[in-house]
Amino acid sequence: MSIEIVGVNKSFGDFAALTDVHLDIPSDNITALLGPSGGGKTTLLRIIAGLEAADSGTVAIEGVDATGIPAQKRNIGFVFQHYAAFKHLTVAKNVGFGLSIRHWRKRDVDKKVDELLRLVHLEQFADRLPSQLSGGQRQRMALARALAIEPKLLLLDEPFGALDAKVRKELRDWLRRLHEEVKVTTVFVTHDQEEALEVADNVVVMNAGRIEQSGPPVELYDEPASRFVMSFLGEVTTLDHHLIRPHDIAVHTEPVPGGVAGVIVHWQRIGFEVRIGVRPQSDSQDAPEIAVRLTRTLAHALGLGEGVRVWLEPEKGATVIPALEAVRPAA
Amino acid sequence: MTAVAELDPPVEAAKRKTGKPYVESRRRLGTGSRVGLGVAVLWFSLLVLIPLAVVVGTAAAGGAGQFLAALTNAQTLNAIGLTVVVSLAVTAINVVSGTIIAWVLVRDRFWGRSLLNVVIDIPFALPTIVAGLVLLSLYGNNSPLGINIANTRWAVALAIAFVTLPFVVRAVQPVLEELDVDVEEAAACLGAGPFATFGRIVLPSLAPAITSGAALSFARGISEYGSMVLLSGNLPNRTEVVSVRVLTHIENGDLASAAALATGMLVIAAAVIVALDVLRRTVARRDS
Amino acid sequence: MIREPKPVRWVLRLFVICYVGLLVLWPVFLVAQRTLSPGWQAVVSSLSSPEVLLGLRLTGIATFWSVLFNLVFGVGISLLLVRYEFRGKRLLSVLLDLPLSVSPVVVGLALMLVYAKGTPVGRFLYGIGYQIIFATPGIVLATTFVALPLVIREVVPVLTEIGDDQEVAARSLGASGWQTFWRVTLPGIKWAVVYGVVLTLARSLGEFGAVKVVSGNISLQTQTATLVVQDTYQDFQQQTAYTVSLLLTLAAVLCITVVALLRPKEKLS
Repeated sequence: MSIEIVGVNKSFGDFAALTDVHLDIPSDNITALLGPSGGGKTTLLRIIAGLEAADSGTVAIEGVDATGIPAQKRNIGFVFQHYAAFKHLTVAKNVGFGLSIRHWRKRDVDKKVDELLRLVHLEQFADRLPSQLSGGQRQRMALARALAIEPKLLLLDEPFGALDAKVRKELRDWLRRLHEEVKVTTVFVTHDQEEALEVADNVVVMNAGRIEQSGPPVELYDEPASRFVMSFLGEVTTLDHHLIRPHDIAVHTEPVPGGVAGVIVHWQRIGFEVRIGVRPQSDSQDAPEIAVRLTRTLAHALGLGEGVRVWLEPEKGATVIPALEAVRPAA
Repeated sequence: MTAVAELDPPVEAAKRKTGKPYVESRRRLGTGSRVGLGVAVLWFSLLVLIPLAVVVGTAAAGGAGQFLAALTNAQTLNAIGLTVVVSLAVTAINVVSGTIIAWVLVRDRFWGRSLLNVVIDIPFALPTIVAGLVLLSLYGNNSPLGINIANTRWAVALAIAFVTLPFVVRAVQPVLEELDVDVEEAAACLGAGPFATFGRIVLPSLAPAITSGAALSFARGISEYGSMVLLSGNLPNRTEVVSVRVLTHIENGDLASAAALATGMLVIAAAVIVALDVLRRTVARRDS
Repeated sequence: MIREPKPVRWVLRLFVICYVGLLVLWPVFLVAQRTLSPGWQAVVSSLSSPEVLLGLRLTGIATFWSVLFNLVFGVGISLLLVRYEFRGKRLLSVLLDLPLSVSPVVVGLALMLVYAKGTPVGRFLYGIGYQIIFATPGIVLATTFVALPLVIREVVPVLTEIGDDQEVAARSLGASGWQTFWRVTLPGIKWAVVYGVVLTLARSLGEFGAVKVVSGNISLQTQTATLVVQDTYQDFQQQTAYTVSLLLTLAAVLCITVVALLRPKEKLS
């Protein structure tokens, strides 16, 4: 295990940012800390980096207790959401900063910087100032700067949060490929579940200062440990007092045993997909609408449309958890 | 009086601060505003521009010979030497102490900090003649400290140090407040300790503000008059500064010499303002 | 944020307190102490001398006009600089700062060279019944000159920041230019104008060098409060000099305190 976090607590005034956090982060993987804002993920990342001190608990990095070690001695690469570029230094000087702090010879610094700039495709921008780069380029520069010190751990705090959607997507793919090249244990913070599922080998879902669940993306998606994890990783709807994903619902036009009867009250077609809302015919009038998604071909084959009576049941193998379960304590 | 220390002409400062594209609100002048502009510029000309131009004109009217003679008079040269040397020395002190004061005001938390923050402005707001009197009470012949520097060159330095105290502080303080904390943390993660981070990251970011504070402080130093009156004794060749020299010429009716010396001071004042404008543009480009 | 090691922090803190204490706080305190030590009666009697009363009156007059002129001029020129485009705007903006870095003595000299009785302009004005130099109008002009940029420096940034969206909206709803100014623009820059006025006030109350040159420093005629301080001090009437100084100091401290108290409020709104 590369990072072992044991019993970490942290509060800011009255606000408990982290409550009794235990977590092991495996080596050589990309791990995502996923959760809503204010959930404690950035605080946890900053504690790992040594930028914030935990109130109690320990952090061990590669078997060495790092709890009391200041950030500048941890040899951890950190990438900030808003780039944290050194505005008065050129791109090359930015990237070489950590090396010149380590008193590398100029020749060696130049060589390493050159190599890194090529890695992040910024070689032709070496002599520019950060203000002359786009947001995506600045973030790549920040990444090269963090990698220059050959960190044993790379931490990224919402690295793509300040970028527009298209650049975001590009950098996401690129980060994944970069990780194949530079095998360094990576932890990144995000509130975007798609980003987490797409990039990470391992996802840690956090909420309200606690860890809800951690594991490979598929495991989290298929076997969510709580209603929170289930609803945070994708859309959910309530069918027969259970949470279920809208595309995991089978639609029938004839009564089926155990099926929930209802009438289609909403109909929206988006590309290949059809999103329908079904009002269940139950005793209580204010029962919430059930959201269902299916392909347009299936919807046409069944002859669905607004006002049509349908019977709904979970597909085989669908992920279903009771809707009214008490929220489980953190794993 | 915070206003005095700000380095930029206000329009540009605001543009930089808000980061708003400044084009949005530009309008052509209509009839009403054209009249308004005319009146404003007329008033500004009558009050400021024409009188200052006449100073330069009067200095030039005597010809280059008389101009140089007025400037190279032995007593005048001594006054210029003293004023420039002391202003430079005090500016150097202000660069260090002003930066430290700004740092402590922004980064430190202790009882009395907000009082200190207000006290910094007193030299701006205090009438200069009163400033002289005030300093005399601690550094004159009744000093409870037993230090009497009245009528010495130290008094000149003390007076200038007093009136220029806020310039560097007030130039650096807002920049330090706006400084991106991430940047310092990034330096720390890259292995830089507090001193390396300060020297290589924070200080370069403050450099333009320090420079502009220093320039304003120097300009104020060489133009200072009121605080000297009671404190320095205005002894010819010893504690007489340029402003006092100008006043002596005026009182003796030698307006040509007064104008020549005043022109020299105006050139420095204008040079400082232009230099600050150039500096501001450079910084704005870097920080965009 | 970097944290300096604890000893360093203490050293810096101590340095700052000593530096500011020795340079500003203690001397100001001493003046207050020496003024008040002979008792209230001495304070009152030195305030009621004709020289002091006239000086305070003149300072009051000069300050009043300086604030008025600079308020109207400052707000007007700020609007023009921010909302309009015209040739020479940048030059004007730079020149407007000039009064802050010109020596007061040079200001006095400059006004004298144009408006003294011996000059063409001065002779003309004297002919139609106005004496400028060595009289109250000169004092007003000098005071107005030195405080000129203060309102502009406060108003322009605020005016730029609030933009003209609201003004455009008001115009589109049928408001006239005047109505827009009074009902939309002015409320938006209200606090900036207040700071500007307070700063102008402080600067005007305290002007010394420029006023000394243009007023001729004639006792009981053209001496403002600051000139009275010099005169009485050098005349060995220390109690009077201290009393007037303390009065001016209190006014200055009041001004900067008002600004310090108002400033954070604006940020919250």
